[in-house]
Amino acid sequence: MIPAAFDYKRASSAAEAISLITQHGSDAKFLAGGHSLLPLMKLRLAQPSMLIDIGRIKDLSYIKDAGNHIVIGALTRHMDVETSKVLREHVPLLADAAGHVGDAQVRHRGTIGGSIAHADPASDLPATTLALGATYVVQGPRGQREIAATDFYKGFLESALAEDEMLIEIRVPKMQGAGWSFQKFNRRAQDWAIVGVAAWRRKDEAGVALVNMGSTPILATSVASAIANGASISDAAAMASNEADPQTDLNASTDYRKHLASVLVRRALEAASK
Amino acid sequence: MHWLPQHRQVDTRSRERDIKGRIMTITENMPTKIIGTRLLRREDPPLLTGEAKFTNDLNIPGALHLAVLRSPYAHARIVSINTAAALAIPGVVAVYAGKDLQSTWAGPMPCAWPVTPEMKNPPHFPLAIDKVCYVGDGVAAVLATNETASRDALDAIDVEYEPLKAVVDLEEALSDKTIIHEGLGTNKSYIWNLKVEATEGCVDAAFAAAKYKVKERYVQQRLLPMAMETRAVAAVPQPFGGDITLYSSTQVPHILKVMTALTLGIPEHQMRVVAPSVGGGFGSKLNVYAEELLCTALARKHNTPVRWVEERSENSQATIHGRGQIQTIELAADDSGKITAVRVRIIADMGAYLQLVTPGVPILGAFLYAGVYDIPQAYDFSCTGVFTTLTPTDAYRGAGRPEATYAIERAIEALAHSMKIDSFELRKRNFIKKEQFPYTAFSGLTYDSGDHLLAAEKAAKIADYAGIRAQQEKQNVPGATKRLGIGMTSYFEMCGLAPSRVLASLNYSAGGWEAATVRILPTNKVQVVTGTSPHGQGHETSWAMIAAEKLGISPDDIDVLHSDTAIAPLGLDTYGSRSLPVGGVAVALACDKVIDKAKRIAAHQLECAAEDLEFANGTFSVKGSPDRALPLAAIAFAAFTAHNLPDGVEPNLEAQVSYDPPNFSWPFGTHMCVVEVDTETGAVKVLKYVAVDDCGVQINPLIVEGQVHGGVIQGLAQALFEEAVYDSDGNLKTTTLAEYLVPAASDVPPITTDFTVTPSPTNQLGVKGIGEAGTIGAAPTVINAIVDALAGLGVTNMAMPASPQTVWNTINNATRGGKK
Repeated sequence: MIPAAFDYKRASSAAEAISLITQHGSDAKFLAGGHSLLPLMKLRLAQPSMLIDIGRIKDLSYIKDAGNHIVIGALTRHMDVETSKVLREHVPLLADAAGHVGDAQVRHRGTIGGSIAHADPASDLPATTLALGATYVVQGPRGQREIAATDFYKGFLESALAEDEMLIEIRVPKMQGAGWSFQKFNRRAQDWAIVGVAAWRRKDEAGVALVNMGSTPILATSVASAIANGASISDAAAMASNEADPQTDLNASTDYRKHLASVLVRRALEAASK
Repeated sequence: MHWLPQHRQVDTRSRERDIKGRIMTITENMPTKIIGTRLLRREDPPLLTGEAKFTNDLNIPGALHLAVLRSPYAHARIVSINTAAALAIPGVVAVYAGKDLQSTWAGPMPCAWPVTPEMKNPPHFPLAIDKVCYVGDGVAAVLATNETASRDALDAIDVEYEPLKAVVDLEEALSDKTIIHEGLGTNKSYIWNLKVEATEGCVDAAFAAAKYKVKERYVQQRLLPMAMETRAVAAVPQPFGGDITLYSSTQVPHILKVMTALTLGIPEHQMRVVAPSVGGGFGSKLNVYAEELLCTALARKHNTPVRWVEERSENSQATIHGRGQIQTIELAADDSGKITAVRVRIIADMGAYLQLVTPGVPILGAFLYAGVYDIPQAYDFSCTGVFTTLTPTDAYRGAGRPEATYAIERAIEALAHSMKIDSFELRKRNFIKKEQFPYTAFSGLTYDSGDHLLAAEKAAKIADYAGIRAQQEKQNVPGATKRLGIGMTSYFEMCGLAPSRVLASLNYSAGGWEAATVRILPTNKVQVVTGTSPHGQGHETSWAMIAAEKLGISPDDIDVLHSDTAIAPLGLDTYGSRSLPVGGVAVALACDKVIDKAKRIAAHQLECAAEDLEFANGTFSVKGSPDRALPLAAIAFAAFTAHNLPDGVEPNLEAQVSYDPPNFSWPFGTHMCVVEVDTETGAVKVLKYVAVDDCGVQINPLIVEGQVHGGVIQGLAQALFEEAVYDSDGNLKTTTLAEYLVPAASDVPPITTDFTVTPSPTNQLGVKGIGEAGTIGAAPTVINAIVDALAGLGVTNMAMPASPQTVWNTINNATRGGKK
């Protein structure tokens, strides 16, 4: 449980963080809540030579109503997302999903930006923001740019973020009263999902994304199309894995995961349709 | 003599309701009532505030840090070890390979339980010498001035291995295709038989004549004990004279002292072993480990303290595992369902080496495959111990007895299924009846006391067995996706290890006695010295309660000393639910002995015969003349000043007892569990869990309930969550708590605990052990409930752990008409 030696710098602003990472290059890593990176370092599976601590950048923790969408600072803790009145009112699916992340200790330390930037397909918030059609704002030496969630996830723990870029904000459209459901299937409450489903529905319009059903969070576009074309919920749910490519691991085989995805998508759409 | 159970109405529940919380004072002229109260544990404030000192909390200036390089291969020859780069790291003091330390060991690591004279036991040293036999086997040891350097050095040691074939599967191991210890010529360690027949051939005859027969195969998956505190060791040599103190997170400081002295050739009187606060063991710290020997040997070699703390993923591989058996059980029954014979075949996974009691664990269960049932002398048990290239197994909470109980309590369900009758009814037809106790079992062992029907009916009432059965009729209709099930287990546990003569007959190398000293200080404060070594059980509270009841003083005036061989030199430590029925009884006996001595002094001072005195509420008084009395406090001071003692009575009030129990203790009970199974996902939800246990007289019901809660959760964890998963190359895939699924509070159901009280007639306190009972009851109860829920779908068995995927696959196989 003792990581390999590393240097440590604390950034007080996003600009400073980017300048530090530009300076130190690919051996440097951003440290936010530390709940993904530090366990890997303790097992010596990750050995960055430099940690740039962005955890104390004060102006990146916020949840604000910006008209058609809600903007969330990347360093906002899961617990703040879970309990935000603004999100409970306008994006209840995201607030609910944040309440399913890890356990209470994790939710007090972990951040929404850290979770998304880590791009773990088994994490709850990447898939949830994907289902909601979120946009991520990133900042780099060349300034800010926006990346749609649909363009962000490139592979297992790989995102569209350049090495010298930092995720600073998540923009989520308001749900406008859509029905919704977050289904997380796991063996222990604190675990990553074996399969998870984030879904919303407004009449014939639906958004469904899957947790841990491939190397990235998966947008289940076939399901949404089927709903748009008037399919029944169970017929649509049968297509849950069309875009997915789940792995076999200790908890679930590929086939079992696909089966679970169809059951959970059906349940999520039923709940979202009430 | 009001405190003796035979003179006291045994009804702990009414006292529970009367007195809650801490008893601070004992009102004079009132009978003392400490035993049976819910005194808060005195251990808790330091534990809950972080003040308790565990081995790794000890501040030992100048200590070198040990780190152990472990084999990444399950089976390989060590070709070469290059330590140059590691030695060059600043702070690294020394690096040793197994060969470098070979001459340090006076003998191999100890196995104290050669279950048969022919048992094969490969030499096992703290560091492997020529080959490694499991992932985690020690290969090299680093000493460094700081922990970080010691870990960095591990990465810098270059070992060349010649990989050999891993042996993971038990049945394949038995084939001897790949022999792990070439010198033994086989992977079989032993075959141990227990065949008891009233007349020769009666087992076969019973099966031939049986109206009903079942033959079932169960797998007891390997489990990781996962104590909250990983192991930690510190060896501190004295600068002169050769004395050495070994601090270890151990359950067994006394056994460890003897074994370390023998293995390292240290004169025993120069060894002191201390177990500071110990954060759980569950049997995994009932051992003598490589790191304890390495720290002690290297501390002597370098004449400087050496310390080591285990990492969590290291704990998963270098600390013993539990369970690991394939069981085949056959029952024969007559037309009424009465069991007429039991046949059992076990393959037990020893792992790569025999640790302290590895081979004996399945043997501890050998006597319990008839469970709580009245069977004739027609019992045929055989266990084959086999080596694999996996972490050694050893005692884990229940040790052999949960496995046995699981097999009989699952098999009786199968028997009921074949007879198409309710399994509760079948159990009733076979229970040993209350009036049959003390009951001489087929094995010749005597079950001290019991009332299985009472416990079972109480559990059925609390769980609403009849109501659940009625609800099932409505709910488990064809096509239902949420199916209800109820399962039960009635168990008998052989614990309170153990009568020394019985241990001798099992070839165990030590006795089963326990020692206690009671010392009344001049000011009437008391020291109780015990040979038990608590690591979560609350002995300080319970032993003080026993002595308080006996001596008529407040528990607050009693200190309990333990777990340091310099303070408590005699003892056999804590395991096998032995502490109370052996160690606690020893405390009571030592109190009796000290009271006897005090009585002689009191008689002298009151000028009467000792026989004319009675002792109650801490006061000696002349029978019939209560005015002529002396409090124990006065006698304590008189014994200290020694001014006026009767002839032949030595100064001071102190008595020591070594107590060898005449019998095991036999707690029993019935557990019931209600589950709902989601057949679409395979998820199992435990709706209700009821445990009705009987451990005889309860010293402290609060502690008893805590033991049952923890035990039930551990058994439930085996049923639903936990498994040490290996791949075919012998790599453990569940080394961290992300993969090894220890349930958290949010994952376990509410547990209703209740009790019946059937005092043990074999000890004066009437007590039986309760440390392992919950674990024994829970796993078969949960699995029985799941199988019951799915019975309508054709499911007849369920592998452990019943993960959602396993449940879903089992349902699919059953509904497709596949094999069970």
